[in-house]
Amino acid sequence: MTSTHGRGLLHLAAAVDQQGLFDADSYVESARLAERGGLDFVTLGDSFARPGPDALGVLARVAPATARIGLVPTVTTTHTEPFQVQAAVATLDWVSGGRAGWQLDVSATEAEARLFGRRRAEPGDALWREAGEVAHVAARLWDSWEDDAEIRDAATGRFVDRDKLHHVDFQGTEFSVKGPSTVPRPPQGHPVRVVDATEGQARETAARYADVALVRAVSAAQAGAVRDELRVAAKDLGRDPDGLRVLASLVVDLGGGEHAAEPGHGGGGPRPSVHGPLYRGGPVDLAELIAAWHTSGIVDGFHLVPAEPRRDLERLVNGTVALLQHRSLFRTFYPGRTLREHLGLARPANQYAGPVVAAGGAS
Amino acid sequence: MTVRAPGRRQMHLAAYVPGVDSTTVWADPRAGSQIGFASFERLARTAERGLFDFFLLAEGLRLREHRGRIHDLDVVGRPESITVLNALAAVTERIGLAATADATFNEPYELARRFATLDHLSGGRAAWHVVTSSDALTGENFRRGGFLDPAERYPRAAEFLDAARELWDSWTSDGVSRPFSHRGQHFDIAGEFGVARSPQGQPVVIQAGDSEEGREFAASAADAVFARYGGLEAGRAFYADVKGRLAKYGRAPGDLKIMPGVTFVLGDTDAEAREKAAEIRRQQVSPRHAILALERIWGTDLSSYDPDGPLPDFDPVPVSKPALAQGRVRSADPVRVAERWRALSRAKGLSIRQTVIEASGRHSFVGTPRSVADALDTFVREEAADGFVLGPDLTPGGLAEFVDLVVPLLQERGAFRTEYTGATLRSHLGLGEPVWTG
Repeated sequence: MTSTHGRGLLHLAAAVDQQGLFDADSYVESARLAERGGLDFVTLGDSFARPGPDALGVLARVAPATARIGLVPTVTTTHTEPFQVQAAVATLDWVSGGRAGWQLDVSATEAEARLFGRRRAEPGDALWREAGEVAHVAARLWDSWEDDAEIRDAATGRFVDRDKLHHVDFQGTEFSVKGPSTVPRPPQGHPVRVVDATEGQARETAARYADVALVRAVSAAQAGAVRDELRVAAKDLGRDPDGLRVLASLVVDLGGGEHAAEPGHGGGGPRPSVHGPLYRGGPVDLAELIAAWHTSGIVDGFHLVPAEPRRDLERLVNGTVALLQHRSLFRTFYPGRTLREHLGLARPANQYAGPVVAAGGAS
Repeated sequence: MTVRAPGRRQMHLAAYVPGVDSTTVWADPRAGSQIGFASFERLARTAERGLFDFFLLAEGLRLREHRGRIHDLDVVGRPESITVLNALAAVTERIGLAATADATFNEPYELARRFATLDHLSGGRAAWHVVTSSDALTGENFRRGGFLDPAERYPRAAEFLDAARELWDSWTSDGVSRPFSHRGQHFDIAGEFGVARSPQGQPVVIQAGDSEEGREFAASAADAVFARYGGLEAGRAFYADVKGRLAKYGRAPGDLKIMPGVTFVLGDTDAEAREKAAEIRRQQVSPRHAILALERIWGTDLSSYDPDGPLPDFDPVPVSKPALAQGRVRSADPVRVAERWRALSRAKGLSIRQTVIEASGRHSFVGTPRSVADALDTFVREEAADGFVLGPDLTPGGLAEFVDLVVPLLQERGAFRTEYTGATLRSHLGLGEPVWTG
């Protein structure tokens, strides 16, 4: 399934962001379209700095209207409550039957800090260290219920075996959490944690905690270099690097229909833009690019952000993805049910389970 | 279809899924998952089939503990409410979706944003059930830590709600965002709110709590009260008291709906219903529950007592620190409660368990569907309530009987709607459009 050379299965994800849109219908429609293409997951960004609905709420609304696709909202970690964030993400996993992910992000501006009035803006590297602590305590809280904690033992009158519920006693630099979670361990054990590792300040948190890292790369060489760095760092941190999927994140403008990629792209590759690396061209050429980067082991897959949400997602699924499927480079149906299964990631063991219960425990 | 009697006041109905107290009988073979989405979907769809006004979920911020250990006798654990309600918005069309959310450990910007989002995604069906807490135990899970001075609970909640409404009102109805600024004792915030004005303008606000401050807070700011009282006379007194406070805030009696939380047991005959109720009470109060309930009052270890034997003959000990039962408020006057329980035990010759069953948490309405419908109707006619928040004993099947048997009888006499006439929760509750103060 997965090799150390990155030539495992191709993974594809798409963003379903639509600026200034608050109704459910368009989000549901986009997620269903992506699901028809067999994509691993959809993402929905979130920031207190710009207008838009609560992304986790939107994808919870999408969950019953879809059956297989992974649902990955951004939930920020700077001004939110770690305990509430993990509970909401765990609940998204419950309502979707194991399809939840969570893209971590930080709120770095003074304007966002003013919305909460609790702390001042801080530098990105400090905020990403805190994001790492939130990722860490979230995993501990997800594990604070062992999978078989609920016993419903009528004979003794006990609903749970309280020896299988654990205080997490986390002391961080900015916050502490006692635990246990109020939400039982979610179906995937740990919902999938996603980090955009493009910026150096997020990279250690990605290497330590991410199941999926996104890299906004303008070239294959850049994407490959970040992937190599993340894998080495993950290994140094005691993780199996194959437990980390690295996806190249590109804005795609497929407005050119079937025309070839613009010559300026240098062989059809993306080029820098204000919105990040931008691929502009036809769906067929995009399929060529995806196949080329993936086959040569540069990335584990792609996260594609439609430049024009409805038009480009439709062309992506019906053009690019259909072609990749035709060439047997991408799945034509979902063999699994959970997002972890789509990504080929194992359900994590519970850090508190087993004969010896460590007081702290890593995640 | 039933023609509504002229001038007849119709009642409002809601369902409350508490999950984690002893109301929920988990040991019954019909009891299903307390966490799986299918259970919530079934309950919400059943309530919507019954044309209920709203479906209310409780909140968990800390698991209850007893004598330093997780309380294991009742249902433990539940999903996060707002997330569940967003998902329920996909599988329901009309019913209001209410989430309990604490005003002590949340922050206005984020909570206002989550409720405004729910209101958009549900097409105007969101409600916020405002609660407060002050205990240090819950605080241990949150950034602010510690606890809030109990005297500050309502001031903070009131300011929290004011701030949330300023945020909800900061967009004009034609989609223009305008900067907000709120500076008060508890919050100093400013900027732009990220969510456009939602279909209801402002989600419905439900207040719980029976204290003097709670009543005043409800009268000044809430759209509905989730009240806790038993009996017609207590209800009439509460109703008159709270409605009487509205005028000084420039509000009309109809602007605040009073809905007590109630339980019910139905049977083919009144005697059968009473027997079922007794059986449910025995399931709710197991021998270990009985000792635990006693320990909560007496404030000391009573594990050596026989649940089928007599009550302790000594008085409760003064409040211990840390409290024996955490995540739960100890009775304000344990000595008086103990006195009452011992008197009850002596008068009727009851054991510890029998006393607890008798003294605590009796069902509000027990009888045939017709007698329960009569009693509910009487409460509303006699101005003891505007409606009811029903707490079923069983998840997820516990509402169906009420919806199938009692609702039609209420409709027959014109005491309850026969169809949803509006799309929003405000319209179900007969509340006007909120006045835009942006």
